[in-house]
Formats: sequence, structure tokens, C-alpha cells
Amino acid sequence: MAAAPLLEIDNLSTHYVSAQGRRVIRAVEGVSLSIGARETLGIVGESGSGKSTLALSLVRLLPPSARIASGRMLFEGEDLLQKSEAEMRRLRGRRIAMILQDPMASLNPLFTVGDQVAEPIRVHEHASRATAWRRALDLLKAVRIASPDTRLRQYPHEMSGGMRQRIVGAIGISCEPRLLIADEPTTSLDLTIQAQYLNLLRELQQAHGLALIFITHNLGIVAKMCDQLAVMYAGRVVEVGPVRQIFNAPAHPYTQALLNSIPRLSDSRHRLTAIDGQPPDLGMMAPGCAFAPRCSRAFDRCRSTAPPQTSMDDGRKVRCWLAAAGPAEVADVVESGAA
Amino acid sequence: MSIVEAERLSKHFPGRRSLFGGHSGAVRAVDGISFAIEPGQTLGVVGESGCGKTTTAKLVLGLEQPTAGGIRFEGKDLRALDTAGRRHYRRSVQAVFQDPYASLNPRMRVGAIIAEPLVTNEQLPASTVRTRVLELLDLVGLAGRSAELFPHEFSGGQRQRIAIARALSLSPKLIVLDEPVSALDVSIRAQILNLLRDLQARLGLAYLFIAHDLAAVAHMSHAIVVMYLGRIVEYGETRLLVRAPKHPYTKALFSAALPSRPDEWREEIVLTGEVPSPLRPPPGCHFHPRCQLAMPHCREHAPLLTKTEGRHIACHLYVARPC
Repeated sequence: MAAAPLLEIDNLSTHYVSAQGRRVIRAVEGVSLSIGARETLGIVGESGSGKSTLALSLVRLLPPSARIASGRMLFEGEDLLQKSEAEMRRLRGRRIAMILQDPMASLNPLFTVGDQVAEPIRVHEHASRATAWRRALDLLKAVRIASPDTRLRQYPHEMSGGMRQRIVGAIGISCEPRLLIADEPTTSLDLTIQAQYLNLLRELQQAHGLALIFITHNLGIVAKMCDQLAVMYAGRVVEVGPVRQIFNAPAHPYTQALLNSIPRLSDSRHRLTAIDGQPPDLGMMAPGCAFAPRCSRAFDRCRSTAPPQTSMDDGRKVRCWLAAAGPAEVADVVESGAA
Repeated sequence: MSIVEAERLSKHFPGRRSLFGGHSGAVRAVDGISFAIEPGQTLGVVGESGCGKTTTAKLVLGLEQPTAGGIRFEGKDLRALDTAGRRHYRRSVQAVFQDPYASLNPRMRVGAIIAEPLVTNEQLPASTVRTRVLELLDLVGLAGRSAELFPHEFSGGQRQRIAIARALSLSPKLIVLDEPVSALDVSIRAQILNLLRDLQARLGLAYLFIAHDLAAVAHMSHAIVVMYLGRIVEYGETRLLVRAPKHPYTKALFSAALPSRPDEWREEIVLTGEVPSPLRPPPGCHFHPRCQLAMPHCREHAPLLTKTEGRHIACHLYVARPC
């Protein structure tokens, strides 16, 4: 690799601790990921897989019950975990911005859209009211809002869901951040509006040289938008690598099962492969691989010891004993497991 | 014979009353739609918010009365049915809703939830009801002891199984599925979709399947209805519609569906603008302001749903119009 990645997460663990400290929920456990400038990384997982906790850890906006137990997060070469709260505040919105799922909840109903788009520019760049307002106007144009002049003076409730989400996008890019984290940005949008919004995000990314992190449960968004994919299960990244390779030949049984369980437009009426059982309770994790109880290819070792992260030849990293052992060895293990 | 046939079905809701009395127009939630649901088959309904999918479901369930047009059940007009006939209809058409956290009473045991339709509709001895509940639980893949538990003791997917068991309790002919998997996790969705398909094959059920996930609808349905602002724009066999959509809106909708893999080629049609408010739908064809192929004619005259190219289309491009 030539240049250092924009963001490098190394062995990050974030835990939620109950009030008495008796129950520890390992929401994010030993996650290592990296993203380069202008790259798009998709983080996929089901509810409770830790993907949103990971996103909140990145900007250090975790609820009080959460602890970052270990790890490093190097952003432009500096560890975010070593920064003071004041330093983080200067970073958020300026270098790292975030778009959340529900645009109605991320906009203040009592301020005009113009005030809210201009706010980060005034706060971070100490711009005058007039300058910030002019920049806000340009931003609204950039996110394709018709008659931006009027819209700046309106309140969030006067706009549709798609328009509000574009406003949130405008706020996200207002200070030209290097990294934009989008947590389920299109879940509340209709299909044709979702397509518009995803295209807009891609254009903004190209125009501003952004790195994008997409947090989603929707593999379709990843297929459309991302270069790299990290699949999370029960707080761990079970497979990470280039999107095409993972879609064409998923290495982890969970990724395989997930890809097979999704209905496709192209071959309808063929039976889906469902994943039996349910995701585990993160407060009561058994030893071994978290996916083992639902895995059709699990053997004894999976149930006793958690698999380490194994690097594969094509640059992928997988947490699975099947990938850790060579193919011949696996055949042995599977046979002895079955015996 | 179709189980349910809708003919020029309309539901208009009165608009907001103005200060001086009188209504400021009506919301035409469903505006003259016709479709048929065949025994043992699934009819899928797709469209964006405000297109009238849910109102259609409510009309079929008899939860809303149509403003105009009507529904025929096994050939008989619903309005002409007597009390016994209506009761028979209600038993034959059941529903499963989107949110299994809201659709199950948290204070009732699962056994009582599933038995409730039986108890209200049939005079059966308690032992028969109990046997039937156990049969139903087995049918949806839940253990018999689940009957003694409360809904909060189950996960989302299991709750949806309970809701399906309840819908099956009266041996219906048609189940209306309104977004049955949208609230579930990705890995659980396939379980429920497979269960629904198995039940259909085993019990010969018909489904009215409503969802915004196009791939799920295509996966489940034999035929698909595409709706836009209360009207049907295209209606036909699933395979035909998915492979070769004809109406400009259907084309855009299917092209907006997310790819299933990164190298999947898809013609990209990105619509400009948003779905107009159903309170003030555009004149003529409702879709014309967003349609790239709109002609002057489209602004004035609403196209009629016409059979052409093996399906029904409401678009002036495909219908020779009188000059």
C-alpha cells in the first residue's frame, strides 16, 4: 500500500456496561478496518450486530453506559481516542461528518433550514452570517433542491422526506469533511427517491473527494455503492474485503448464507436459503464462534474456540476456522467432527 | 373462478373541511382499480408511499367501504351478501400485518391469541380449540409449549409466525400480507418468506402480498400490480413484468431497485422530482410530470388500463388513441 489510509481502526472494542457493572455487552469486539481517501466502505449487519455502535465510536458520541475498552482509531495519522473532548468537537462536522437514518430527528424543527445548514460553517470556520448563508445557498444547489432561496427560509416540516434527507446531506458536506459516515441513510425513503439520493451521494463523493462509510443492513446498497465491504456479526467483523470478491465468492458461512437468503429480481420463485435460528444475545456469549449455532458447516473447534482473523490471498480477512485451516486440513477436521 | 375480484374499486377520503364548510376536494386514495386474485396464487402490489397499497388491502379486508365500484367474492358481490354471507367472507379473508410487536396483544398468552378467531367465530369445545392451536403452532414451526408463553418472550420472526398462525386459524382462502417481512432482520426474512410459500403449497392459500421490497414481491407473486397515486399503471404476470416492464413508471421503479450483486447491469432511469401529493394529483396521467416520455396528450387525458403486450398497461404510449 502506497499512502497511509485515511482512517485505520485497529482492534477496537466498545462495551456497554450496566449500572452495577455486572452485565457487559460486547457490542463491538476486536474490530480492525481501514478506509482510504475517496473510498467507499460498506458495513453490513443485522440489528444488534454492533454496526451503529461502531459508527458512534468513530465520532465518540457514545451513550454514557458505553466504554471503549481497547483499540486505536487513526484518522489522518492521529489517534481519535487520545483526543480531548474539545479537539473532538472541532473535528466532528468539519473533518468527519455523519448522516443519520431519520432526517426528521436530525433536524431541529424550530430553526429554518438555512440556519441549520449555515450553523456548522459559522461554528467551524467562524464565517459571518452573510457568508455562511451564501454558502448554504450553494450547498442546497449542490444537493439539487429546487428554488433553494425560498427553501432556506423554510422549516423542516415544510419539506418532504427526500428533501429533508438531502438537507441533512448538505449539512454533512458543509465544511468539506474528509470522511462522511452514513448510518442507514435511505431506510426512510421511497425507492425512486432512494435511487436519487444514492446517486447524489456518489456525485458529492466524487466532487469533494470524500471517503464514505455506509452503515446498512441492505446488501443492495453495498452492491450499488461500495468498494469495500465489512460484514459484522455479533460485534465482530467476520469478513472484510473488496465488494466484488465477497459477492462472487463469500468466504464466511454467514456471508454466504446472507447472500443466499435475499430474494433477487432476476431469478424469482426459486427457494431462498434461510438461516435458521436467531442472532445471539450479546450479553450471554458462549465461547467459540458466535455464528456456530446457526452455521451448517460448524464443527467441534468452532464451538470451543473463537476463530482468529485470517488473511486470504486476495486481500480479504475472514474470521472462520474454515478459512484459517488449509482446505485439506478442513476436510480432516470436518470428518473428525462428524465422526 | 377468482377468489376475489375488484372492479373499478375506489376509495375517496374527504379532504380537510374549510373554514366556511364544504370540502376542499377529496383524497382519491384508490381510484378505480380492477384486479383479480386466483385461488392458490399470490398477487403482489408494489408502489411508493401514498400509492394506495394499504387502502387496497383495507378494502379487500372489508375494513373500509368502497366509495365506488365493488368487490366480488367467489363471484358474489359483497354488497349483496346477507349477514351469514358476510361472516363467511370475513372468515375466508385474514390478514398478517407489518409490525408483530404491535399486532399481538402483550397481555394475552400465545395460545389465546391464536385461539381468539376460533372462539369468536365457532362454538367449539375447549379441547378441540386446544388441539387446533397446537396444530397451528406446528404448522408455522413453533413448539407446542409456546402456547403458554406471552408475545414478549418471542423474537420478531417468531412473533410473525404467531401472527400467521392466528391468520390461519379459521382456514381462510385468502390472506392479506401487508409488508409482512419489512420489520424483520435480513436473516429472518427468508425464513418467513419460505414459510409463507410452503403454507401456500400445502393449504392452497391465496395471498395479496403488499411490500415495498420489489425483489421480495417478485419472489412471492404470480402476478404483480404496480400502483401510482391510487391508480394501476401496469398489471400482469410477474415474470413478464420483471423481465420487460413497459410502463415508464414500472421501468423506473424496477431500475431503482437495488442490484443483487455489484456487477449486475441495469439500465439506470433516475426519476426527477417526487411523488406529488395525493391531495392534488396532476391532471391527465398522474405520472406525466416525472415521465421522460410524456406527450402533450398525457397532460389532459388519463390513460385507461388496457390489455396489450400480454399484460395491462395504463399509458398512452402503448394504447392507440382515437385522434
